[in-house]
Amino acid sequence: MSTDTIEKQQVEEVKEKKKSETLLSKRRKKFINDPLNDDNPITVQVLGICSALAVTTQMKPTLTMAISVIFVMVFSNLSISLLRNLIPTRVRIIVQLAVIATLVSLVSEVLKAYSYDMYKELSVFVGLIITNCIVMGRLEAFALGNKPWDSVLDGFGNALGYSWIILAVAFFRELLGAGKFFGVPVFEAIGIANFPTNGLMVTPVGAFIILGLIIWVQRTKTGYVEH
Amino acid sequence: MELFNLTIKSIFIENMIFAYFLGMCSFLAVSKKVSTALGLGLAVVFVLTITVPTNWFLQEYILKEGALAWISADFAEVDLSFLQFIMFIAVIAAMVQLVEMVIEKFAPALYGSLGIFLPLIAVNCAILGSSLFMAQREYALSESVFFGFGSGTGFLLAIVALAAIREKLKYSNVPDGLKGLGITMLLTGLMGIAFMSFMGIKI
Repeated sequence: MSTDTIEKQQVEEVKEKKKSETLLSKRRKKFINDPLNDDNPITVQVLGICSALAVTTQMKPTLTMAISVIFVMVFSNLSISLLRNLIPTRVRIIVQLAVIATLVSLVSEVLKAYSYDMYKELSVFVGLIITNCIVMGRLEAFALGNKPWDSVLDGFGNALGYSWIILAVAFFRELLGAGKFFGVPVFEAIGIANFPTNGLMVTPVGAFIILGLIIWVQRTKTGYVEH
Repeated sequence: MELFNLTIKSIFIENMIFAYFLGMCSFLAVSKKVSTALGLGLAVVFVLTITVPTNWFLQEYILKEGALAWISADFAEVDLSFLQFIMFIAVIAAMVQLVEMVIEKFAPALYGSLGIFLPLIAVNCAILGSSLFMAQREYALSESVFFGFGSGTGFLLAIVALAAIREKLKYSNVPDGLKGLGITMLLTGLMGIAFMSFMGIKI
């Protein structure tokens, strides 16, 4: 076999490989599955704690926050990944901040227009998605060196990993702090009147303790030990 | 006297960390040693004291509804407040860069100890958060200076205290899953309870 044909074969192999990678191949599923558990942005990578705690007194604002973060992460990862060969390394932080800030302004304007009460309730914390370390961290670590579709999946996965943790924290804080779930008084509904609610859960302290316990349970399960 | 009260309030009662959870990322990441925590804390105080008043000027003369009236009466109805996030974060990023260069030029020793923390500060939630609070609460210029200084000092206090506890914690036997972040969260919770006692103070 001449070298020519071998090269041809290799080219064809590469082509086939490219073709065979489906939209959700095994490798790509990992981008979504990993951050949910083994590589969770909050409990393992220690990113984005600020907003994780501030909004979690009730389920409803937490859900809004989670959706906003998913939106911002997916689209900022996509845009930075598309621009990745055009951005000079020296000014990349400013470019990233500008992209994130634009998306966050968009989210904030939409909230202001369609759900003003929620906008008032979240107040400065919508703006603080800009400085949420997860968004910045994923742009820096992933989107700057990977293809757009992979980056979208990575952003989505990490945002989901973030969302389920803040929803879990909010679930316990609202249930124990106010005896409610999405504003519905659960305990009265199942016949337990005068459920002793714990005021500590509504304060910041409750958030720290619940998150600490969630981290403990999760790390014991995955066997991750920090030294 | 009012300004003094505002400073005390932003240091203790409305502490950035324990009341608003702002700046948690660096609070948890850079609190392993007292000396580094002190460096970061000082850098935060410094940057906050400068950026909050700077953003006050932006807010007052460019962003607020009708703020452009000083150019000409035609602009009196322009409302640029949707640009707030982008402007604030740009000012913070630029200011951090500037502060870094000035310190490097005039105080190389300080730069040596602060150097690595300065770029980190641009993405510290406490900085952007303070500017947004300043805009939301409509502080005056003098108030914004003291508010910036106070919330920076509150952050410094909290991070140094946590670092001191974590240094001692190295010699304790903590369960495996709780090591590192887990025990730090519980610790912060306990410190939060202590800080809650300040909430009873009315000033």
